[in-house]
Amino acid sequence: MSVVATSARFKENAHEALTDARLQGALAFAGNFVARRAAAVARLPEFEALRDSARAIKDHTLAHLDLYLEAYERQVRASGGQVHYAQDADEARRIIIDLCKSMEAKSVTKGKSMIAEEIGLNEALEAAGIEPVETDLGEYIIQLRGEGPSHIIAPAIHLTAKDVEREFRKAHHGLPTDRSLAEPEQLLAEARQILRAKFLAADVGVTGANFLVAETGTSIIVTNEGNGDLTQILPEAHIVIASIEKIVPTLEDAAQLLRVLPRSATGQDASVYTTLSTGPRRPGDPDGPRAYHVVILDNGRSNMLGGEFQPMLRCIRCGACMNHCPVYQAVGGHAYGWVYPGPMGAVLTPSLIGVTEGGQLPNASTFCGRCEEVCPVRIPLPGMMRHWREREFERRLSPAPMRYGLGFWAFFAARPALYRLATDLAARAMRLAGRGRGRFSWLPFAGGWTRYRDLAAPEGATFQRQWRARSGPVR
Amino acid sequence: MNTTADASGSTRNAQPRVGLFVTCLVDIIRPSVGFAAVKLLEDAGCKVVVPSQTCCGQPAYNAGDRATAKRLARQAIDAFEDCDYVVAPSGSCGGMLIKHYPDLFAGEPELAERAERFAGKAHELISFLVDVMGVKKVAARYDGTVAYHDSCAGLRELGVKAQPRRLLAGVEGLTLVELKDAETCCGFGGLFATKYGELSNAIVARKADDIRGAKPDIVLAGDLGCLMNMAGKLSRAGSPVKARHVAEILAGMADGPAIGEGKPEAAR
Repeated sequence: MSVVATSARFKENAHEALTDARLQGALAFAGNFVARRAAAVARLPEFEALRDSARAIKDHTLAHLDLYLEAYERQVRASGGQVHYAQDADEARRIIIDLCKSMEAKSVTKGKSMIAEEIGLNEALEAAGIEPVETDLGEYIIQLRGEGPSHIIAPAIHLTAKDVEREFRKAHHGLPTDRSLAEPEQLLAEARQILRAKFLAADVGVTGANFLVAETGTSIIVTNEGNGDLTQILPEAHIVIASIEKIVPTLEDAAQLLRVLPRSATGQDASVYTTLSTGPRRPGDPDGPRAYHVVILDNGRSNMLGGEFQPMLRCIRCGACMNHCPVYQAVGGHAYGWVYPGPMGAVLTPSLIGVTEGGQLPNASTFCGRCEEVCPVRIPLPGMMRHWREREFERRLSPAPMRYGLGFWAFFAARPALYRLATDLAARAMRLAGRGRGRFSWLPFAGGWTRYRDLAAPEGATFQRQWRARSGPVR
Repeated sequence: MNTTADASGSTRNAQPRVGLFVTCLVDIIRPSVGFAAVKLLEDAGCKVVVPSQTCCGQPAYNAGDRATAKRLARQAIDAFEDCDYVVAPSGSCGGMLIKHYPDLFAGEPELAERAERFAGKAHELISFLVDVMGVKKVAARYDGTVAYHDSCAGLRELGVKAQPRRLLAGVEGLTLVELKDAETCCGFGGLFATKYGELSNAIVARKADDIRGAKPDIVLAGDLGCLMNMAGKLSRAGSPVKARHVAEILAGMADGPAIGEGKPEAAR
């Protein structure tokens, strides 16, 4: 683990998020993804069939992952590149720092990469005296603020344009105070101007990968700003950092997945840029890096293979699950406390950093099922979260009051005659306690409910009691 | 079984024996929903029975207590053995019976087969009326404006969406309005509502805003849990919008107090 996790304090994080008026204002305007995805799906009648095919491609690949990783490695080498395997974050950082040092790199430009976030690459580069420069606008903004992304495809979605203007005016010395930065386009132009010099000065470019194609040794990224292209073409060396499950067998498979990825993510039929890179510059190529390295990270993922969490490795990082999640919509991404937020983060985080640290996340879900409904590779996210809850329950990690409360309830529920008697008595007593108001504004043991909402009081005798009185004894 | 023609002219086995799975919340908090369900089922030509029952096991299942969930599932499967159908006035409990019982016994072929058979005859109330019993219109009147909230499990696990709207459209005097973000969760989530009270509240606060925005007299849903959550938030926020189970309106049994409302006269 490299990024300090606060996932175990999810409740406190959520409280802070819910009482942060600035954040709540920003989140209120973050809802466009839902409508855009719906429109994109409506335009493509075969979308559901494509989801089936996307799932099948990923399942097939995961079932033969070792073979495809070897094939990919062979193709990268054949095209003049090198492949490095990293067992964990520490090893991945060391490989990249060593590569940078061997090239005497002083400055590294970076395309957006969640794996770079996962291994804490920027901090490691800085510690080694190398300047990391984020070139994706959102990543650039949060780098200025010294914080992590709050969304896997829209890292600065927790900020408003006004917040961004404030950061730019603070960081960009010499920016005329009378120059307008009110429009997003003006913010983008300002960032571009700063980044242009950085692109040209960079010694190494680091990008992530949406797909690694075994057939050809190609890595593929999708971006909307074109920053990824400049990051990987201009410097002397290109380092791709990706996790093991990014492998797909063929270009055709990648093309299939590219039909569901942007539609699920932003509602675009295709991203503005879909960039394929295969090895370093060849003789006669007009441009491109002279060295090409791929660092493939495991960091706990191979432990998920063959187990109940393997379907999570199908994830193609579109972000649709968080865009549609009522919990994510309420608290934003930082409350999740590590790298990956939302439903996919709630399943993946305990897998990667342990259930003791990440176990709160799969509990903080209403199981509304909307994540699974929109997932392009049909990951049963609520089911996976339930698996985590089962593991916690088995290890007695779930909160004691809940366990005892459930045990009490289960004792009666498993004894129907006693249950009918007890519930009827309880319902009548609670009706009386409600004193005809029909609801409680406060109840002991139900503070989590009644602090915020009234609780309906029982009408009186239970249904089963009344039914028996009407129709004779219950069998 | 003998065969007759119903009002809509179609022919099927008369008087299927329907076991009402009343659900814990309806049993304990709001029995009137159970009686509304009985009326709707009887009007549709069913013979309704109420086997002795407790909880479907969903709270335990969702809390990770699989052993308790399985024990309660076996109990429910036994209790409804001699019913042609099992019908629940809840998409959430219905989803448990239909989608999750078979999963619970995966790897235990004999029990899994029983669970599959049970799941095959289990239904959520409103979709059962429309999809199985072929009900096209109910004899009910309600003079007012209602909004229908799509409870998550019913919507996404069981595909309950068009059926309640179709029946509501046939209620005399009723105007149906749609909620903004109708398919967004109300934030109930069972134990989630108390375990993560503040978060649950933030989600239901948005839902309450959307309900007020649509200006109904009543918000309806097919699940008492969601309804108690929305009713509790609306009343705490001082909203005049009431909440009722959709079966109450469809059965013409919406004269009594709404969810969380007091009765004018004293205890029965």
